Amino acid sequence: MKARIRKLATFVEETRSEMGRAIEPPTRRAAAVAVIDNPYAGKYVEDLSELMEIGEELGELLTRRAVAALGIAPTTAESYGKAAAVGENGEIEHAAAILHPKLGTPVRRVLGKGAALIPSSKKRGGMGVALDIPLGHKDAAFVRSHFDGMEVRINDAPRANEILVAVAVTDSGRPLARVGGLTKDNIKGEDGLR
Amino acid sequence: MPEVKVRKTLMTVEEIFHEGGPAQEKPLRRAAALAVIRNPFAGRYVQDIAGFMDDLKPLGMEMAKSLIAALGGDSGVVEGYGKGAIVGSAGELEHGALWHVPGGYAMREVLGGAKAIVASTKKVGGPGTRLDVPITHINAAYVRSHFDAIEVGIGDGPRADEMVLALVMTTGARVHARVGGLKASEIKGEDGLR
Repeated sequence: MKARIRKLATFVEETRSEMGRAIEPPTRRAAAVAVIDNPYAGKYVEDLSELMEIGEELGELLTRRAVAALGIAPTTAESYGKAAAVGENGEIEHAAAILHPKLGTPVRRVLGKGAALIPSSKKRGGMGVALDIPLGHKDAAFVRSHFDGMEVRINDAPRANEILVAVAVTDSGRPLARVGGLTKDNIKGEDGLR
Repeated sequence: MPEVKVRKTLMTVEEIFHEGGPAQEKPLRRAAALAVIRNPFAGRYVQDIAGFMDDLKPLGMEMAKSLIAALGGDSGVVEGYGKGAIVGSAGELEHGALWHVPGGYAMREVLGGAKAIVASTKKVGGPGTRLDVPITHINAAYVRSHFDAIEVGIGDGPRADEMVLALVMTTGARVHARVGGLKASEIKGEDGLR
């Protein structure tokens, strides 16, 4: 591994009821998070290719962990998202280097498909910063029931010279989704949008 | 006594490889199980609440078993534990105290009769409140390497009429433990202390 990993964490949320109504089956989502050294902390570096390689490694590792934590077959995942938080001695572009050039391909390889853009967010922050990972349907970005977000945080990360990287995967949309729009049963799943 | 109504659960697993020192051959793993439940006593003073402890026993067992499953399924790997509760704003601290017996005894039971008292903490707070759940060795509370804490919380709970209940387990000492004291290898494991 290129990445020097200090810590890996998984979060699995299961919602069984909302406003007193049972959610059957419960909606479930998982996030896998890595806390890694930022090789470029504290200095301006023009070529960010090492972080791009790290993004590729983590795309596979974190997707596998998130799916395993959910306990589902990878191909039955419904939505996904990714996010990164850079410690105070790094720059936002470091998060971009991890998330955008190479992380997506292994995510899609693990899940078997993934025609849609992987929604993402990034920020710089101190330890315990909350990362709101945006979620969208993996094959059709317009599926309205699957627009969502998952908050994760690790109290002791990112340290100044670290980066927190997260991949989230779900087996469902929002609990009690009822604002219309494209439904998952009506998608084509070809162009990534509908 | 009232029914236990679970709105949502959250399972977090951390795997810690290093904290600036040498990487561990066997990384420390720490798991936290949270359940957001309705507080049946919210909004008024109820004198007789103790019967709810019995009602919470099945949830305690479910959470204790799910922690072991999240740590790989073998209860023999568990070396530390702790518990906690966050009571929503329409409840009182005493409602959190209802968790001591069902939470603690469930963990001791699934761990085959662990000897040490289960360290705990609780508070009243709003959605997103963080709680530092203390951790000690499961058979000898004085084992210094195993004194630890896990910060837990959930973004949308507890609502005013809810409680967040927490159980945590760890697989070993702090990752670079080196401040002396009673060692896990030296305990008698009879009185729960040494």
